[in-house]
Parts: sequence; structure tokens; C-alpha cells
Amino acid sequence: MRRIALSIFAAATGLFLSVSAHAQEKTLTVYTYESFVSDWGPGPKVKEAFEKTCACKVDFVGVADGVALLTRLKLEDENTDADIALGLDTNLISEAKATGLFEPHGLDISAVKVPGNYSDDTFIPYDYGHFAVVYDTKVMKNPPRSLKELVDGDPSQKIAIEDPRTSTPGLGLLLWMKSVYGDQAPEAWAKLKNRVLTVTPGWSEAYGLFTKGEVPMVFSYTTSPAYHMVEEKTDRYQAASFSEGHYIQIEVGGMLKGSSDKDLARQFLKFMISPEFQDVIPTTNWMMPAAETSEPLPEAFGKLVQPKKTFLMGSDEIAKNRQAWIDEWLTAMSRN
Amino acid sequence: MLTHAERRRGIACGLTSFLGIALFAGAPIAVLLSWDVESTQTRLFTAYTWRILRFTLWQAVLSTTLSIAFAIPVALALARRPHFPGRLWIVRLMALPMGLPVLIGALGLIGIWGRQGIINSLLLKLGLEQPVSIYGLSGILLAHVFFNMPLAARLLLAALERLPAEYWLLSAGLGMKPLSVFRFIEWPAVQRVIPGIAGLIFMLCATSFTLVLVLGGGPAATTLEVAIYQSLRFDFDPPRAIALAFLQIGMTALILLVVITLFPALDDAGATAGRSTRRFDGRTLPALFWDVLVILLATAFLILPLASIVTAGLGANLWSLVTSAAFLRAARTSFAIALAAGLLTILVSLAIVAAREAVADMKRPGRTAKGFSALLGGTSYLVLLVPPVVLGTGWFLMLRPLGDVARFAPALVAAINALMALPFVMRVLAPAIETHRKRTGRLSASLGISGLSRLGRIDLPVLAKPLLTAFSFAMALSLGDLGAVALFGSSDLTTLPWLVYSRLSSYRTNDADGLALILGIICLGLAMLGTAGQREAKHG
Repeated sequence: MRRIALSIFAAATGLFLSVSAHAQEKTLTVYTYESFVSDWGPGPKVKEAFEKTCACKVDFVGVADGVALLTRLKLEDENTDADIALGLDTNLISEAKATGLFEPHGLDISAVKVPGNYSDDTFIPYDYGHFAVVYDTKVMKNPPRSLKELVDGDPSQKIAIEDPRTSTPGLGLLLWMKSVYGDQAPEAWAKLKNRVLTVTPGWSEAYGLFTKGEVPMVFSYTTSPAYHMVEEKTDRYQAASFSEGHYIQIEVGGMLKGSSDKDLARQFLKFMISPEFQDVIPTTNWMMPAAETSEPLPEAFGKLVQPKKTFLMGSDEIAKNRQAWIDEWLTAMSRN
Repeated sequence: MLTHAERRRGIACGLTSFLGIALFAGAPIAVLLSWDVESTQTRLFTAYTWRILRFTLWQAVLSTTLSIAFAIPVALALARRPHFPGRLWIVRLMALPMGLPVLIGALGLIGIWGRQGIINSLLLKLGLEQPVSIYGLSGILLAHVFFNMPLAARLLLAALERLPAEYWLLSAGLGMKPLSVFRFIEWPAVQRVIPGIAGLIFMLCATSFTLVLVLGGGPAATTLEVAIYQSLRFDFDPPRAIALAFLQIGMTALILLVVITLFPALDDAGATAGRSTRRFDGRTLPALFWDVLVILLATAFLILPLASIVTAGLGANLWSLVTSAAFLRAARTSFAIALAAGLLTILVSLAIVAAREAVADMKRPGRTAKGFSALLGGTSYLVLLVPPVVLGTGWFLMLRPLGDVARFAPALVAAINALMALPFVMRVLAPAIETHRKRTGRLSASLGISGLSRLGRIDLPVLAKPLLTAFSFAMALSLGDLGAVALFGSSDLTTLPWLVYSRLSSYRTNDADGLALILGIICLGLAMLGTAGQREAKHG
């Protein structure tokens, strides 16, 4: 009661300084996206496994999605509490490095196995997956078989997509459209807009709408159906294979320059590509592991869509154009 | 009849609050102005910006038109049926949306009008192919009508009830047909108040934030306020946020100017009077049928979303929710902020009232004094011109170099909430204090009662009620507000509405429903405490 009275007094006089929890002994603060820390996500297991090895406390802070994570770091600038940022993707690494907030990890990352020739001195991949439109077979009898079919299809069959300003899948779709349509992307977006039920800030919201039956299609990953096959024993939800090829997402983590315990941060990054962490990924984050797992993947992963062609843009090119492309997207999507 | 010292003190109080408010609102604007304007100007006039502006105005026009178009038949029917069973409760029901946090209302609407809601399942059964969409323009309109139609209907009803009883006697004596009654009696009464109501609703809809944030569903349905929020929270693009903020200020200034100069002030006296008049018209069966239908539809439209909040909320595990750490933390933060905002706004209002009183008490107030008094009156409406999101943006950019903004956030949110409540609090307090002074001022001056003893013996007993009213209203407003906290909300600063919003957006709807029910009950309780006091104060 006295605390309340005190804070009222302080707030009323404009001197409110929140009694922020003092840094405890060895706490590792990890900023990540929301679905990572949810009860069914990898967060709780990763926390438990790492805390066993480090005699420390892992503190996850979840934001809407990967792009919002970068925005939050930019906002907080050097005042950030984060030691680790987990959940950016390769599309964002140039821009993330340009903030000057990250520190090279200095680790040997030869254990990492992801499509393409990945090498970076600051960010380490922890999983990857191909983006895909996931649909409900009960409602959609004829799913789109290409991005073009998605754009030109029946506007009454809706899709939930993510906002590229906050979400890495949202950004992925933007880049996929750009890769396929090039300069014609704005026109394609203006057409696709009619099929979009809603644009959510993060992947969890969109996928939540989809599983609740509010919308028959959602922008997600080729690996998403594995969740429903393994956990719910149903193949009702399927990913649509697109003839143009699929855009890939490689999710990465990195350590902050302002980290209060860089050794601990480095230890976490090393842990991230160890089998203990990688074992958790396929059946909680429902993505492909980026390094060796101790056991083979569940059988369901063998039934997933295998993209014939993979798109991935250079992150420098994205850093240079992201704002312009997002403006283009905003303009096209706000067309009436 | 104030002593010299009292007068001086009053002026000093007023000056302090004026400077406080001016600094609080002016500083962020100065910061916004001093930001790199070069890049701002080129950005201000993109196609996207114009579309947002156009959409903002367009949805406000549609919302206003629809709200009033639905309110007219409802008000006419209620006015025609003074003895309609449960009429008093229906009129009271119409006051509820005003006190309900916007976010909670939106939740109730989704429950009824969403894809899985009863309206759509009903329509699907009736063979409709496409469900009504709660996302985008249609959802925004629906929600705006839900919140503003009852407001308009109550004000229209009050206007109709003010008509002298002789009109109805006379029209019956003349054997006027329903159409003539409408043309010569009802319409002129309604038409007089429509511009004022329309102005008010238009302003509310043009600056709508929460509803658009929750129901907008993408860039196609975005208002300026939401775009400001997004350009800061989504893009971290300060120049764009600033450009949009100025566009917003320009737009609201223009609307305010039009509303104030063209439309007469709203006279809401007797809005809750509920005088019973004898009506002789509308005795035919079809007329009765029509009125009953209109009243029932309007009641259902209002009560269904409320009922859905209650039933959905009861479905959640309320006990474990209330005892969860997240809830307790958010509740503590929310109440601390609401108490601070309530106290602050009361203090500032009292200071303004005291200063204006001091000026009015002068024998020959100079032009400066008069101007100051008018300025003070206008200051309390500042928040209408500079919306919370703009204030927040300015403060955010100003404090950022000083360190973690989250540290200052609670104080900022409280101050912004206080400013938001100021116009309402002033409306309750200023007339109450004025009447009280007229009654007791001379007497206490002649008896030589002043200072603390006057405060304790003469002022407080009478003014306690309006003070409580104003305070509870300000608290309800702050408790239910998402606009100010949205910019700063994080894991470090979580208020109850923010908790509901984040649970809602991660589709942990069970939690969101339970929280919504609790928050809705708290806010409605406070708001009702407020209006109940107001009613008694009016009669007293």
C-alpha cells in the first residue's frame, strides 16, 4: 500500500522513476519474437537446458515479431537491456549491423548447415525454413499452385498475412513478391490486397486467426503442417507448393555490444548451434534445424513440400531498398 | 468576494497550471518542429499519406452519418413511447458505451459480429455466402456506430422531450397525420441539435485510435493517429511520425474551427431528465409495431456485445487470472497511473477555476486578465487539438537521448491521461463551484470565514460530490485508455488495457475475455458513480 501511495506521489509530481529490478547475479536477457517464448514454443525448453549449464538465469523478452525486434533495439539504442537478439533473419542482418549495436561473435560456426553459402561474423543461424501459404483442406479444395495463382485467384478466399514493418514472414512475403514480380510488384500487391483478410503485426496473430477458422489461408512456412501432423495427428492443414519456387528464411541470433556479460552471451550463441538447442527447434519452433540434432527428425518432416527453387536476396540489397519497398507496399495496400 | 490574498493566490495557481500545461504540450511540439524538417517535407505528401488522410475523413463522415441516421428513428420511437416497458433502463443502457473502454467494446463486437459470431452464423444459415467482415472499414463503422449512435439518440431524445406538452395536445386536436407531426414538430426539434451532435461525433471518429488499431486490419484502413503510432512503433521513422503529427494537428484544428464556428454548442441539459409527456399520436398498430421493432433492434444492437463480454469473460478462469502475477502487476500500474491522473486533473482544474474566479471577481479586469481567463478556458480543451499520440511522440523523441524512455513512461502516461480528462472534469467542476460560490461567497466573506476553515466547513461538504464525480470519471478514463500507453507499452510498463490488447493480439482470447470483463466492470462502475453524482448534483 505504501508503495502505491509513494508511486502516486512521485507520478503526480512528475518524478516517477520506475523501480526497475536491479540486475541480478548473472542474468542473460534474450530479446526474441513472441511465438518463441510462448508455452508451446522453444523458449521454456531452451531456458531450462541452458540454465543447467550456465548457473545463470535466462530472461526472455518477447516482441511481436522479428522486424519489431530490430525496431525495438533501434528505439532503445545503447540503453537496451538485451544481451542477445534471437530471431532476426538473414534479410535483416545488414541493417542490424548498420546500427552498430551488435558485436562479432568470434566463434567457430563450421557446425552450421543451412542452404546457400552462409558466413557472417556477427550473426549465427539457428534454424531455417521456406515460406509458404498454408491452407485448410476442409475449406480450400483448389489451393493456389503458384504465387501468380495466389495473386489472381478468387478474392472471396481470404488469406491472413503479416506486416513487413514488424514481422519477418511479412518481410519475406514482400521480398518473395519482389523476386517474382520485380517492378510489377506494386500492381500484384494491389491485386492480392483483395484477398487479404487482415494484416497482423506478427506471425502468431495470423496463425491464430487461421487455426481458429477465421480465414482459410495464412502466410507461414512449409514446415507448419508438420506441427499439425505430429501434435494433432491430422493432415488437414497443408502447405501449397508454388511453381516459381519459395523464398527461404534463415533465422539468426547475435550478441549486443552493450551486453553486461559478453562471455555468457557468447556461451549462449555456442549453445545455440549445439545439439541440445537444435533438438528443441524442429518440434517446438517447427523449423528446420541449422546444425546437427542428436536424433533424426520426425517422420512428418519427410512429407513436407520440397521447394524446387529457393529465393534469397542479398541483405545489402535489402538494407538499401527495404524502406522504399515498404513504402511501395503501403501505397499499393492502401489503394481503394 | 475574495480577499486580496485569495485573488492573488488564484491567479498564481492558474498561471502555474497554464504554464504546466503549455510546457507539457508545447515542449513536444517544439521538439517535433526542430527535427530535421528537410526530409519531412518531401515525405509529407506521399500518396500513402493522402490516402490515410482521405480514409480518416471518409470513415468519420460515414460513421457520423450512420450514427445519426440510426439514432433518429430510435429517438423518435422512444419519445413517442414514454411508457414503453423498461424504457428507463433502455435509456440508461444507452449511456453505457460512453463509460466502456473502447477496447472492451471492440472485443464484445468481435464476439457478436466476428466470423464465428452469432450474426454471421445466422446469416450463413439464411444462405448468405459472404460473412460480414469485422475487419477493415465495415468493422470500424460498426464499432463507431455502436459507440456513437446511443450518444446521438440520447441527445436527440432530450431535444424531443424538451418540446412543450401543448404541442402534442395541439397536434392531436388538429388531427395531424404522422408525416405532418414529423414535418412540423419532430423534425424542427431534431434538426436544431443535429449539427452540434454531428460535429461532436465527427471529431470523436476522426481521432479514433483504439478501434482502428484493433479492427483496421491493414494499411487500407488506417487513420492518421494509428499511422503516427505505426511509423514510430513499426518503422521507427521519426520524420514520418512528425509529418503525420502535423497533418493531424492541422486536421483537428480545422475540424474544431468548423465545429465551433458553424455549429451551435451542444446543450445537453436534461439529457437524463426523462420527463414523461403524454403523446396522442402513433396509436395505430403499424406505428406501434414499427416503434417496438426499432427499440428492440437498437437494444439488441447495444446489449448483445455487452452480453458477449460477460459470457465470454465468465468462461475464462477468472480466479487464476486475477491472482496471476501479470494481472496484479498490471492492475497496480493501472491504478497508480489512474490515481495520479485523477488527482492531477482535479488539481489543475481547481487551479484553473480559482484563477478564472479571481479574474471574474476583479472590479475592473483589464484586457490581459480577461484574455488570460479565456485562455485558461481554452487550455483545458487542448487535448482535442493535440491528440495523445502526438504528445506521446514528442515526449518520446525528447526523452530518448536521456536514457530509457520506459523509465519516464508511467509519469508521461499519467500526465497525458490527466490532460485527456481535463475537458470533462472542468465541465463537472466549473459550474458546480460557480454555483456554490454564488450561494456562499458573500456570506462567508461577511462572516470572515476563509482559508482552511472555509474549505472544511463550507466548501468540502457541498463540493465533495462533484469532486468525487470528476475524480471517478477521470480515473475510469485513464483506466480504460490504450492510446497513451500504446506508444510506451512494453514488458516493463503494462497497464490493464495493454494487457488485454497484447493477450488479444496473441489470440490468447480466453485471458483477454476474462480481463475485459473485469476491466469493463471497474470502468463502468466508476463511470456510473460519476454520472449518478452528476444527476443528483443537477437536481440539488
